[in-house]
Amino acid sequence: MLLIPCPWCGERDEEEFAYGGEAHIARPLEPDSLSDEEWADYLFMRTNPKGSHLERWNHAHGCRRWFNAKRSTVTHTIDCVYKMDEQPPKDRKGEV
Amino acid sequence: MKSKYSIFSLLRNAMSHHQGWQRVWRSPEPKPSYDAIIIGGGGHGLATAYYLAKEHGITNVAVLEKGWIGGGNTGRNTTIIRSNYLWDESARMYDKSLQLYEGLSQDLNFNIMLSQRGVLNLAHNLGDLREISRRVNAIRLNGIDSEMLDTAEVAAMVPILDCSKNARYPVLGASLQRRGGVARHDGVAWGFARAADERGVDIIQNCEVTGILRDGDTVTGVETTRGVINSAKVAIVTAGHTSHVAAMAGIRLPIESHPLQAMVSEPVKPILDCVVMSGAVHAYISQSDRGEMVMGAGIDHFNSYAQRGSLGVVEHQMAAVTKLMPILSRLRLMRQWAGIVDTCPDASPIVSKTPVQGLYVNGGWGTGGFKATPGSGWVFAHTIAQDQPHPLNAPFSLERFTTGALIDEHGAAAVAH
Repeated sequence: MLLIPCPWCGERDEEEFAYGGEAHIARPLEPDSLSDEEWADYLFMRTNPKGSHLERWNHAHGCRRWFNAKRSTVTHTIDCVYKMDEQPPKDRKGEV
Repeated sequence: MKSKYSIFSLLRNAMSHHQGWQRVWRSPEPKPSYDAIIIGGGGHGLATAYYLAKEHGITNVAVLEKGWIGGGNTGRNTTIIRSNYLWDESARMYDKSLQLYEGLSQDLNFNIMLSQRGVLNLAHNLGDLREISRRVNAIRLNGIDSEMLDTAEVAAMVPILDCSKNARYPVLGASLQRRGGVARHDGVAWGFARAADERGVDIIQNCEVTGILRDGDTVTGVETTRGVINSAKVAIVTAGHTSHVAAMAGIRLPIESHPLQAMVSEPVKPILDCVVMSGAVHAYISQSDRGEMVMGAGIDHFNSYAQRGSLGVVEHQMAAVTKLMPILSRLRLMRQWAGIVDTCPDASPIVSKTPVQGLYVNGGWGTGGFKATPGSGWVFAHTIAQDQPHPLNAPFSLERFTTGALIDEHGAAAVAH
């Protein structure tokens, strides 16, 4: 069971949250100009890393706000949370 | 040459206190190169190796397994086998698999304990009932056995199911596939391993692939924890880790990995002689030969490779199961576990060539790969040997995400597999 630190409400039980999948997938500004491959990449292809994952959560049964989290898909440890319009914080080595 | 398993070999070995049984498969050192390398020694990978040897005469094959064979999802599923899928492509693929299962014990000379005890899919409301009726008709049009049962027939078949009018989840009917059932999942892996080994396939355990070697757009081999192994054909069959391994060759896939949890109760006397599934409440239940109630849940929604999920999913599933079958409410759970399933956006698998010449991928089976084990291996062996897909798996190509020809099996697959 995850204990998720909502940026607005603090640490709350995973049951209160809805998962939103991989973060930072920007909708193409001009979809009509994309090739089928580029559109498929936007729509379907996912990084699915074994390790650090940048992902979206929604505090569905709380403040109902969206936020981003950096979580390990191996240990489930949540390294940090940050707001939707922010870029992921870098670690000491300068890596995301 | 392996000695044949039979009642006589059992008696003969009983005479010597079972000290004389042969080793079931060898444990060879990896050779410097092979005609084909299969990454992943689960059921699908071992089946692929077996059918490569049997159907296509390619025996210089290595199966590389990072742990022990059948130690991943092959040993973590709820062993349900069925082929009642909605769309033509899936129906053909899964029924090919079921047909292979039906002769598999004889083919492999290994008892996989296939028990075609029937699989019920319950309808709890009018919407379910209409959807299931539609599905039954579609399945029958594909020549696959499927029938509708009304409430009285379901109650007669499954006495422990709460079919009363005041039930929390009223049972309005069910679809039934009588050819569906369960099999011994470890037995399937071991049977394929033994039969593949007999035909010359090297099964190499404790050998993790750490890189895929390429010369331009052509695959040349793999890097492993036991050195470099060369091959012009490399097949990825690493359910759960498909994206992770494909990324070694620079390939992005439309797959996300999730935990899928299952559990067994303490053993009791026989009370359930078929498989009961309910898509609406995310539950599927059968009773093992040892008497344990085997139950599966829906996926945990977050991405994970950790082979464990959250308690909330188990609570949700158990709450539903004890309402469906109140007799189970006092059973204690003995074990609970999770496997990592790789899910595709359309809940259908990818059995395909890739943009890299000589590299093939078989994954994305989501929550229901076990039932497809022999069929998946059969078509994948064809794909590898001929360097082109078999008509059965051609629709399950990686290109379908670009062309848009998706095979949306969410109704049959995403929840209850």
